[in-house]
Amino acid sequence: MIEKTSVLAQPGRRAALPIMVLLALGFVAPLLAVVGFSFMPARTFGLWHEPTLENYETIFSDNTYVSLFWSLGLASATVVLLALICYPVAYGLVRVFGRWSTVLTLLFTIPLVVSENIRLYGWVLFFIKGGVLPGTLRTLFGVEMGDFLFTPAAVLFGMVYVYLPFMLFPMTLGIAMVPNQMREAARDLGATRWQVFREVELPLSTPGLMIGSLLTFVLAVGAIAEAKVLGGQRIIPITHDIEIAFTYAQNWPLGAALAVLLMLVVSVLVLIVLRRFDLDQILGKR
Amino acid sequence: MTGTSEPILRLKNVRKAFGNLAAVDDINLSIGEGEFFTIVGPSGSGKTTLIRMLAGMERPTSGDILLRDKRINDTPANERPTCMVFQSLALFPHRTVGQNIEFALKIRNVDPATRAKRARELMQQLHLPADYYSKNVTLCSGGERQRVALARALAFDPQILFFDEPLSAIDYKLRKTLEKELKDIHRETGKTFVYITHSLEEAMVMSDRIGVMRRGKLIQVGSPNEIYSTPRSRFVSEFMGDVNVIPVESNGAGSVRSQTLGASFKVPPAAIESKAQCLVVRPEFLRFLNSPSDAQNSLKGVLYNEYALGSRIQYQVRVGEKVFLVEKLRQQPFKGKLDDEVLIGWDPENSILVADE
Repeated sequence: MIEKTSVLAQPGRRAALPIMVLLALGFVAPLLAVVGFSFMPARTFGLWHEPTLENYETIFSDNTYVSLFWSLGLASATVVLLALICYPVAYGLVRVFGRWSTVLTLLFTIPLVVSENIRLYGWVLFFIKGGVLPGTLRTLFGVEMGDFLFTPAAVLFGMVYVYLPFMLFPMTLGIAMVPNQMREAARDLGATRWQVFREVELPLSTPGLMIGSLLTFVLAVGAIAEAKVLGGQRIIPITHDIEIAFTYAQNWPLGAALAVLLMLVVSVLVLIVLRRFDLDQILGKR
Repeated sequence: MTGTSEPILRLKNVRKAFGNLAAVDDINLSIGEGEFFTIVGPSGSGKTTLIRMLAGMERPTSGDILLRDKRINDTPANERPTCMVFQSLALFPHRTVGQNIEFALKIRNVDPATRAKRARELMQQLHLPADYYSKNVTLCSGGERQRVALARALAFDPQILFFDEPLSAIDYKLRKTLEKELKDIHRETGKTFVYITHSLEEAMVMSDRIGVMRRGKLIQVGSPNEIYSTPRSRFVSEFMGDVNVIPVESNGAGSVRSQTLGASFKVPPAAIESKAQCLVVRPEFLRFLNSPSDAQNSLKGVLYNEYALGSRIQYQVRVGEKVFLVEKLRQQPFKGKLDDEVLIGWDPENSILVADE
């Protein structure tokens, strides 16, 4: 009892208590429940059965792991594509476009107001047979467009499209953090524009690239709508499997095991990246 | 060393306009080989714009910049044999001390062994401990970072070094040390240094010649001694520190008259010009007098306050509305009491007539 009052004696701890309780109930508890369910026998709905590893066995004996690879593969491809697309755009927003940067930033931000699903269905109308793009091409130029919708490429396109702001804005910040005098100094010391970029701007803007990559990777691994809407369920990402297990198949333990596996893989990858690239060191804060 | 040597850098009618504003306005200047030239001016006087044009980071709107008689207006910074030490120093935080110093050599594809040798030489010359070679540059102290920046600039052996107020953010004591070190380095390397500062005091310590800038124009160029003892305008004389400035008008041969003080003063005969003028008397040339006949010019006032300035004591004397500053050595203080009536005076040869601008 004495122990307890002394723990709560500090005003900081007392003030943080409501948030701690909320997080414990709203975040930690469901997570623990999911972990618990993943060790329950298949198709059961209680947490008090004898623990078992059968769900994990099912994942690897079935071909369910294929969807895990699809998810990881698509997420990785999304990150790489976004890095390649966003760096020049972010660079332009910070250094080149001047007053137009504000307008462009707004144009990149406004779509976020519209629900992701609605935007994806917009793309369906755009790409579908006889839709905006193929229809226009046929009518104006007589060109027949091959099938793009409901292919893995369309899924990738959708993911790149949806997660672009999450790569672009951290990158913009990263590039903006490189002081102008740093670039001038490098140039004054004899560096060509390309050398200034390679030796100074790129390394100093890596924190933005890293944060953007982590953010988009984590989001993209959890993506589901792109594959459903633009992929026409031709590809089943792991998130879709999890959804099916929890809903249609009524197999909560299998869904929980898939979710735990996904969490593990993502956390390990994120930890590896964070270890390899010490953000503080890149920023020169040590 | 003075400006008598062969000019390395010449500026002809150099002008830089941003919109309608001329940041640098019609500058003509010749800087000698091996000279330590300092440009002094208050903020907004255009000195930074000027040095950025010399280093190749800005392009003049009109006029010519000549490096050994070759026009370099359009030569980009990376192709000029010059280097700048920035106010922020702009050291690369993701590189070690050694990598920072070697940057220019790496860019020029010098092999790693030669690079390291040069870096270590420079570190020794600039009193940087040898084990700093692989130290993260962000862990260095202010003074060490100054030295790294200087070493980095010297590494590729540029012909001219530019300095854009690198010492302005350093505390007084360290600044004094670094000023002297910089002058030593100037002597050892024999390179041309062009330095920018808003502190005339700093300029006096280091420079062979000083150019004073105001509103984009170079208003006076001369040795530190010339700038100090014969300023041509009120602005330059006031920029040098505390001075007594009396607006006057010509009063015939060898004499000027002050309306506000209602008094006439004898001046050096050659000095009088017709346009609006000011009489400048430095506080150290003003004396307390026992009788008006002790000096050729004298004024009666009231001792208002005194300030200890280290080696000297400064006295504030009020003559009507006008405040005069008198300085005496600490060892020979004035024995008057505050609010005493005092007599102050000076001799004509210790005063200067300058343009009122």
